[in-house]
Amino acid sequence: MTAGRTEEAVTDVPAPRAAVAPGAEPRSLGARLLGPQRRNLWFWLFVGPFAIGLGLFTYVPLVWSVYLSFFDAHNTVSPAGSDFVGLGNYGAMLSDPAFLGSLGTFLLFTAFIVPATYALSLALALMVNRLRFAQAFFRSVFFLPTACSYVVAAVIWKLSIFNGVRFGLANTVLGWFGAEQTAWLSTTDPPWYWLVIVTVRLWLQAGFYMILFLAGLQRISPQLYEAAAVDGARPGWQVFRHITFPQLRATSVAVVLLLVINAFQAFDEFYNLLSDARGYPPYARPPLVYLYYTALGRDQNLGLGSAGAVILALIIAVATVVQARWFGLGRKEE
Amino acid sequence: MAEIDRRRLLAAGGGVALAAGLAAACGSNTGRGGGGSGPGISQWYHQYGEPGTQQAVKRYAAAYTKADVSVQWRPGDYDRQTAAALLTDSGPDVFEVNGPLLDQIQGGQVVDLTAEIEPVRDDFHQAVLAPKIWQDKIWGIPQAVDMQVLYYRKSLLKKAGVQPPRTLDELVDGAKKLSDKQTKGLFLGNDGGAGVLGGTPLFAAGLSLISADGKVGFDDPAAARALGKIRQLYADKSLLLGAPTDWSDPAAFLQGLTAMQWSGLWALPQIKKALGDDFGVLPFPEDGSGGKPSVPVGAYGSAVSARSKRTAEAKAFATWLWVDRTDFQQDFALSYGFHIPARISLAKKARQLQSGPAADAVRFATEHGYAEPLLWTTPDRTAYQDALSRIIKGGANPESELKAVVRKVEADLRRVKKK
Repeated sequence: MTAGRTEEAVTDVPAPRAAVAPGAEPRSLGARLLGPQRRNLWFWLFVGPFAIGLGLFTYVPLVWSVYLSFFDAHNTVSPAGSDFVGLGNYGAMLSDPAFLGSLGTFLLFTAFIVPATYALSLALALMVNRLRFAQAFFRSVFFLPTACSYVVAAVIWKLSIFNGVRFGLANTVLGWFGAEQTAWLSTTDPPWYWLVIVTVRLWLQAGFYMILFLAGLQRISPQLYEAAAVDGARPGWQVFRHITFPQLRATSVAVVLLLVINAFQAFDEFYNLLSDARGYPPYARPPLVYLYYTALGRDQNLGLGSAGAVILALIIAVATVVQARWFGLGRKEE
Repeated sequence: MAEIDRRRLLAAGGGVALAAGLAAACGSNTGRGGGGSGPGISQWYHQYGEPGTQQAVKRYAAAYTKADVSVQWRPGDYDRQTAAALLTDSGPDVFEVNGPLLDQIQGGQVVDLTAEIEPVRDDFHQAVLAPKIWQDKIWGIPQAVDMQVLYYRKSLLKKAGVQPPRTLDELVDGAKKLSDKQTKGLFLGNDGGAGVLGGTPLFAAGLSLISADGKVGFDDPAAARALGKIRQLYADKSLLLGAPTDWSDPAAFLQGLTAMQWSGLWALPQIKKALGDDFGVLPFPEDGSGGKPSVPVGAYGSAVSARSKRTAEAKAFATWLWVDRTDFQQDFALSYGFHIPARISLAKKARQLQSGPAADAVRFATEHGYAEPLLWTTPDRTAYQDALSRIIKGGANPESELKAVVRKVEADLRRVKKK
């Protein structure tokens, strides 16, 4: 009975248009553009606005920026009338010690922030994962700073915690132990400003990566731990080293990749911690701050700034691809 | 009571909304402050810190009858906002500008205002007018003169047995004597002076940024010697660093965090109110046998955008406000903040500038005032400031650092002179 009904239902379904007998009326162009059941129309209705926005605000400026980078374009975004300089801007940028110095700043920043964030967020995740009570509370506590803007956090760090006079929080605490007041952001010897820059980002982003690690930890099968216990593995470091850490490999690769890209894009906290109305010190000037001053500052050298942006984009792309290949991102688990 | 059905209620609600929309469109606040019924022009200002300034400039605009002038008061990074807006058609017609810069003039972004200013050209403070002239044409009308001076606390200097410094060596020695655990000798900004000092130590050594014949003005051993002494201030731990507010705010000076502070004339009323007569002002002290006291001066200029659709009306308004209406100029300079009127005749008449430290400051501006020349471009400034920062904080060799800056400035001079 059931089978008979199914057969009936199948025969009721209209045959696809393509299967219409030869000689039948071909579909009109409009109907073909609309697609079966007007799927094309609906597709473009939903996707179209976003595609147009993406093209207009991302791809057109991107192509325009590459085009602009071949011109001596001061105070103009229209290269017409500007001198064509070919690869001159690229040569100038790559031989500019300030730009190369900014890349050095980025490397130093990455060397600090990537391992520090990785270690802290993993440690937080391991701690929170072991909690039997109030896990949601502590997860929220550590995640909450992610909601704070970099600008606000930088201003708090600069004016309240690490200001250089005797009533700054850090100096007050150190003063209890008889230490002299320290100008945290103005001292280059020793370079205390790194402590301020790294801690503010660490506070802001460790919670986010902790959540990623927590998700990774919760995917590890408990049977693995049980098997390890049966085999006599000691809980703690031995289990972490031989089971937890290897099982987090995919999460670790993604975290490191995201951390490196984010470090390259560092701008807000650097700018708000170190700039003033008169400029920005040459130490701790990452590439984006440098390009901001070149292209959008009073200099308005949009040709040179565009060349720098293209160079920076290429460096990020190459670094990402190399890193992904190195860690085997996307490779099937063996 | 008759029951109102749902359709009628919606229709009535829609009617009210439409009427309200039309009313708002007809009589809404468009931001225009002008009382004129003529063409609409927009005027941009950066956000001044002094209360009352915004209302004052709106009042000036409203008093103009030949055009409907809307005032835009723009907080944030004004220089970058105007630089970006001038690339578009939606920028201002008339705007104040920290310049205009040479690249803005050469890029055709501002219009020539020579004819408008010519009748009273000699009455303007010449040091601030000079950087607004390119190829014998004037590209901006100076609004009000700002200057920087060295404030010192008389009682603290007396207690430490330090005389107000007249030379750079005396400044270095005095700042060291004035420094202890609670108070530092001198505040030049949280970056140690790299940002605010600019060419001031070079002028104090008898040099310049760009010479009168358009060449690098500091390719001289005296420049390295003067900058080396600024480094000495840092190395002696005589400089206040990391204050909650920077050099432009007198808070550090008033809170007793420093005995001397380099700041602007605008801070004078606030300091006088807090300290009474317990302070004095000085120019930046001279250095070496060829040196002379040095006082940086500058003026925001009123410029007209070349992309304005109403250039003639905008020029007429700028001329009316900054050339003809001397009463408004006087009010703008002295009733809210504390600036020197850009017109010499007005500065002489100003009662607030005729006695005490204010009178000293005006005299310093007249006798020792220098403004950054038009040929001193943004890349030059950045390269020099970076070098100064490396010298002061990193202890880099002043001679080799300055040699690199000289090469950079020479290259940029070739670029701008080619145009």
